[in-house]
Amino acid sequence: MIEGRNINKFFGDNHVLRDVSCTFHPGKTNLIIGQSGSGKTVLMKCLVGLFEVDSGQVLYDSRNFSAMNIEQRKEIRQELGMLFQGAALFDSLTVEGNVMFPLNMFTKKSAEEKIERVNFVLKRVNLENRNKLMPSELSGGMKKRVAIARAIVMNPKYLFCDEPNSGLDPQTSNVIDLLIQELTYEYGITTIVNTHDMNSVLSIGDSIEFIYQGQIWWSGNKEEILHMGNKELNDFVFGTELTKRLRK
Amino acid sequence: MLRPLSTLGSYVLLMRRVLTKPQKGKLFWQQLFFEIDQLGLDSLGIVAFISVFMGAVVAIQTAYNIDSPLIPMSMVGFTTRQSIILEFSPTVICLILAGKVGSRIASQIGTMRVTEQIDALEIMGVNSANYLIFPKVVASVLIYPVLIVFSMWLGIIGGGAAMMFSKLVSMHDYIHGIRIDFEAFTIFYALTKTIFFAFIIATVSGFFGYQTQGGALEVGQASTKAVVVSSIVIILFNLVLTQLLLG
Repeated sequence: MIEGRNINKFFGDNHVLRDVSCTFHPGKTNLIIGQSGSGKTVLMKCLVGLFEVDSGQVLYDSRNFSAMNIEQRKEIRQELGMLFQGAALFDSLTVEGNVMFPLNMFTKKSAEEKIERVNFVLKRVNLENRNKLMPSELSGGMKKRVAIARAIVMNPKYLFCDEPNSGLDPQTSNVIDLLIQELTYEYGITTIVNTHDMNSVLSIGDSIEFIYQGQIWWSGNKEEILHMGNKELNDFVFGTELTKRLRK
Repeated sequence: MLRPLSTLGSYVLLMRRVLTKPQKGKLFWQQLFFEIDQLGLDSLGIVAFISVFMGAVVAIQTAYNIDSPLIPMSMVGFTTRQSIILEFSPTVICLILAGKVGSRIASQIGTMRVTEQIDALEIMGVNSANYLIFPKVVASVLIYPVLIVFSMWLGIIGGGAAMMFSKLVSMHDYIHGIRIDFEAFTIFYALTKTIFFAFIIATVSGFFGYQTQGGALEVGQASTKAVVVSSIVIILFNLVLTQLLLG
């Protein structure tokens, strides 16, 4: 379980996160949703430690991450995986090299064991026999799947996905969403997904935090989100022509 | 006034993260050999080309400027050797490498920054500054002295070739000149400067690449800054080191 308690984050005079408290449960796909600029990426970066919180706490299974030094954080970092918006694959490494990177860095497994593990996770994301391709030879969806494979290769307890569907067509987005959800259920991972894609929200939103102007404005799930009377939430949910028509 | 100080402070803080023991020795050695190839051996062609022509020009200019019959023609060889060893090879070649290698380092690391590859390393618990910059620093410090010795040799040969084809000075006089009053200390001085310059090129370029924020435009700006600042620092350190070592 990951908890954020009274998190505040400033950039100069800009108060981006305002006393944010939230809880993300294991074995569930926990979504952070909101408009662009609402603070959801900043919140995710605070949770993973890429940004330091100005006040408040981040707890990983009651372990106070915000109070830890770099060395102490390394232990938790090896328990988490992250899928970035642009996949963030290492350009100079092949698919295999990318997925194997955490194993090379942090384990003492033999070459055979590492290859076996890499092939297993590549198979899990439906990318068998693509080991020797370079990132530049992959489509957007394949890059995301390689990034997922790299994120799960160390058997993480926590998985962060920053806008996993950005730049993908609706069908590929759905494939990625379902893959994230399957892995979450299969391994009991605490998964946090940052998105503004309503398809994802309705498809995999086991738990949803709606962030508005740097504050948690609403919490619920995919069943409840369509039936709320909250104006800001409804403006977001029914913000597209498609959802407006569906509502009618 | 505050901005350069703030930049210097950020540079020092980054170096504290860079100059530490690598997390995984095996990966470090792989990276090191890769960087020696990319940053050093890949520059052999340009270093050779510039050194030969630099030596030739120095020799021709010296020969044309000796018009007193009291000055022996062997001075052409002597002057070419001294100019090449003391200044042209270590300083000019390092300035050229600051352009070629510095922009490469800054743009490579800058692109990794803006495409979140550095964030991906940090998330995994990797000291990204050490992983990305330290092998480049070690590779530069190891391979640049080799390149500079190669450059000295080719510069002197270039001077000799120019004299042979132009017939301004006999080969006998030229070779006699390059052997007059040779002091091994000049090589030590040149290589000491080279090691400092190699460190400056790798760390300053790595710093500007690592600090990049934004997109393609900012990567280009970081690359330009890396070359300009490395060159300025090299010129300043050249004066300081010359005063310390020869003064």
